[in-house]
Amino acid sequence: MWKRRIVAFLILVVAVGIGYFVYTSEPKISGQTHTGFLNKPFRLGLDLSGGTQLVYRADVSKIEPQDVGTQMGSLRQVIENRILDSKKFKGVSEAVVRTQAANFSNGNEERLTIELPGITDIAEAVSVIGQTTTLEFKVERNKDEAIPVTIGEDGNVNLGAIEQYVSSGLDGSYLKRADATFDQTTGLPTVSITWNDEGSKLFAEITKANVGKTIAIYLDGAIISAPNVNEEITGGQAVISGSFNIKEAKELKDKLNFGRLPVPIELVSTSNIGATLGAVATDAGVKAGVIGFIAIALFMILWYRLPGVIAVLNLAIYVAIMLAIFKLWPVTLTAAGIAGFIISLGIAVDANILVFERMKEEVAHGGTIRDGLTAGFSRAWTSVRDSNVSSLITAFILYATGTALIKSFAFTFFMGTLISLIVAYSVSRRFFGSISLGREGKLAQFLFGSGFKNAKIVIKS
Amino acid sequence: MYIIKHKKIFIIVSVFLTLAAILSMVIFGFKPGIDFKGGTSIEVSWQDSSRPEVELLNTTLKSLPDAPEILIQPLGSNSFVLKMHEINPAQREGLSSFISSSYPGMSVVGYTTIGPSVGKELARKSIMSIILVSLGIVIFIAIAFRKVSYPVKSWKYGIVAIGTLLHDVIIPTGIFVALSHFYNIEIDTLFVVSILTILGLSVSDTIVVFDRIRENLRSKNNGNFEETVGKSINEVYQRSIATALSVILALIALAIWGPDSTRLLAIMLTAGMFFGTYSSIFLASPLLVLWQQKANNNKKML
Repeated sequence: MWKRRIVAFLILVVAVGIGYFVYTSEPKISGQTHTGFLNKPFRLGLDLSGGTQLVYRADVSKIEPQDVGTQMGSLRQVIENRILDSKKFKGVSEAVVRTQAANFSNGNEERLTIELPGITDIAEAVSVIGQTTTLEFKVERNKDEAIPVTIGEDGNVNLGAIEQYVSSGLDGSYLKRADATFDQTTGLPTVSITWNDEGSKLFAEITKANVGKTIAIYLDGAIISAPNVNEEITGGQAVISGSFNIKEAKELKDKLNFGRLPVPIELVSTSNIGATLGAVATDAGVKAGVIGFIAIALFMILWYRLPGVIAVLNLAIYVAIMLAIFKLWPVTLTAAGIAGFIISLGIAVDANILVFERMKEEVAHGGTIRDGLTAGFSRAWTSVRDSNVSSLITAFILYATGTALIKSFAFTFFMGTLISLIVAYSVSRRFFGSISLGREGKLAQFLFGSGFKNAKIVIKS
Repeated sequence: MYIIKHKKIFIIVSVFLTLAAILSMVIFGFKPGIDFKGGTSIEVSWQDSSRPEVELLNTTLKSLPDAPEILIQPLGSNSFVLKMHEINPAQREGLSSFISSSYPGMSVVGYTTIGPSVGKELARKSIMSIILVSLGIVIFIAIAFRKVSYPVKSWKYGIVAIGTLLHDVIIPTGIFVALSHFYNIEIDTLFVVSILTILGLSVSDTIVVFDRIRENLRSKNNGNFEETVGKSINEVYQRSIATALSVILALIALAIWGPDSTRLLAIMLTAGMFFGTYSSIFLASPLLVLWQQKANNNKKML
């Protein structure tokens, strides 16, 4: 008996630990922010956090079929980088960029989905994503040229910004290809640029005119290197050497190649959820969950008495485990996902109910409550299993075929059904094992009764 | 057993409700939403209670030159969801400023534009999931009832289970279609989810009842088939009702206090859970007994 009680006590300690983890890792509830392991707030979908979703169709008609996968991969990379680099999206750490390969259900379209939590201005989002990285080759400013001077409203004289370099007319639009290469002599990583025909001519002219000077290479308005021109370059090739390592060289190559997107994209769907709307939905979901829990708990305790109390304890442990899973997995919670979880609260007590009812029958057929409990757990198993299999099948198929919204519902529903089974059979059983029923007198009969009846024990002769 | 004795009444009630639901589907019809056909939906909200009446807003919107046809769907007490064919951002801005100039205090809280190709994808995926879930459930029923059991053949349990399942899905769908007619609701992906979840939930309940019938048939000290079924129902109905009640309690909380977007899902599932439990006690077993009696009578006549 004491061994069982210690096990039951340990389960409670672990459950409280899980509950505390859920509490403390949620800054909005505990008011604490953590780093490392405890930095695990719930991941909310766009409908709860507010934000923007953009769905693009990629035009892969000009790409060889075997290259589509890689090209879509680089497209995702470029867009991710653009979002990360964009100053407008500072703080959007949770942006998600997904590609979806062509398949039967989407009508053989390659798609790209971008989710930007917290961003509400679609036009801005579209402009950042659709922007092209600008590559410019600039030449040194003619030193004889006058510096523009303006007189400000306050009467001060402003010297125009002295730009060391001026535009040469050569930019990324003339680029044919960029490759990461190694310098033949030094062995250092470099990036070589191949111009198209027009670009080659322009580049030759520019280099001819600027022998002995530097040419600055600008990327998105920032100078990345300013190599010296030693002679006119006619082969249509330029090499950017700088003090970069292999990784940086590859990144630069990508940026240059992707100045244009590797695959042209077209916006097909947009969705925008205001932050307030998301917050209202989140609050409503939490409120419904809490009320649902209390309602089920009251019902279970009033109807099933002591076993009901244990079922509620069970349910609380189930909730703690599920919430911890949501955080650790991590599961993106949407309104539909929360709905799936709330419904699973009701289903989670089903295994307990099946066992209790079975126990009552065993007791009615003659036997002690203890016998009834043991028999209840073992004999109810087939019913418990069968009554959950069909829900699991449905949830699994919904998850496999569904869209993001459906997946979220299916996932919480599936996990909920599965975890509740495990909890009922591993935790509930141990709690019952730890209760002393004494001589199973009137009190025990009352406590183990249900509805309006007490458990009647037939004394076996 | 009361239920078995009066089985015909319960079967008639179920048949009547199913027919009414089918009638409601025929009369009101299904309106596919922008999820499936593509289009724009805008959620607008008013502060306090200054939201105009649906008819009023409708008339105002019609006065807008080249206004798209707009479906106004009330949401909560302060908001409307406006649904129309796909419009561009400029048109959307125009529309929202037009509404807010006529009915001040309005703000756009969210909007979605679904392209026709994405809509087609959602429709295809929904159809695919409906087919696969139905197939999965039928296979599950076949496996659950593969063992031959005297005096009723296994496949009869399967057929009755599927019939009950149709009953459980058709009635909530009929209710949904009627609701959708009066509240301008269109069919969306969550509707499909709710139908499929009902499939999963309702079949499990029927199977628990049937399992018990077979278990009791195996032990010899029972009376005839009718009595065994009656006894089995007696043994399991408390569990069915207790489980259904706890799920329905959760669903009601979700319907009343939960997010607007899942309200209809919760209502659908409540109806599904209610009729699913009703049917596993009051329909599935009586049908089984009725079928068995008919079969016996035929044998006698031969």
